Amino acid sequence: MDNKMVILIAEDDAGHFQLIKKNLWLTCVNNDILQFKDGQQILDFLSRTGDGMHLDETKRYIVLLDVRMPKVDGLDVLRRIKDDEKLRQIPVIMLTTTSESSMIEQCYKLGCSYYMVKPVDYHHFMEAVQNLGKFLSLEGMRLPSISSNVD
Amino acid sequence: MKKDGVVLIAEHDEEHFDMMKNSLLRAGVSNQILRLADGRQTLDYLFEISSQPASEHTSQQYVLLMDVNLPDVGGVEVLEKIKADGQLSKIPVIVLTAVDDRHTIDRCYNLGCSTYIVKPAKNEDFAESIQNIGAFLSVVETTSIK
Repeated sequence: MDNKMVILIAEDDAGHFQLIKKNLWLTCVNNDILQFKDGQQILDFLSRTGDGMHLDETKRYIVLLDVRMPKVDGLDVLRRIKDDEKLRQIPVIMLTTTSESSMIEQCYKLGCSYYMVKPVDYHHFMEAVQNLGKFLSLEGMRLPSISSNVD
Repeated sequence: MKKDGVVLIAEHDEEHFDMMKNSLLRAGVSNQILRLADGRQTLDYLFEISSQPASEHTSQQYVLLMDVNLPDVGGVEVLEKIKADGQLSKIPVIVLTAVDDRHTIDRCYNLGCSTYIVKPAKNEDFAESIQNIGAFLSVVETTSIK
């Protein structure tokens, strides 16, 4: 995996975030993981507005999005990322408790890379995140550059 | 993936396909696994399904693993056509290839591939990667292309 890869996680549930982070670290320890507590925070990061940290175009990103979040929900964040000429290359993985097929379809239509439903069972949840972590840490994994001028 | 979902593998090299299929099975993937030998076949297959009435294939869900180097129609062009189609664009496409250059990687992501993975050179590493991909796909939800 690209060692410059940063995993952005938009997740308002602190318990879920810890569980996701812990299990990703078990499988891909070398990467930075940033948490955003709502949709607005991650949009501020990506679009370099607000006071917090901002996106660094020399790094490569992957986004994990919850659907139900305060302020701006995951669907809106996905839409805004995929509508943006530069940001749209960033792979977005939905990771959510919402399992309605209409939501799954809508997210794929908007251009999410994958849609994962958080298993209710704790052990299954851990296993699912570890499967994701092993996938993301594949040696052959390549991510897009955000700015084509970088190279 | 739902049980009736289908894993499509667009891969010219039959040995690679067999190895991929075996690794997916070993990872516990119980879905149907279909080989499409070149880009033309891949497009024909997908657009044929897409043109059939909804009733016949309502629950049909797919993921596509595709090489870039395909005879007839190259993988990048296949990806472009799939992602330009309103229904087929909902299929997650994993590009799995020996090609490792920045231009192709960015181009594929720009067109909408879900993931770009470079095939490891050693067979056992390749098999292990495919097993990881299989384990991941088993926890991913897909959607019908209807």
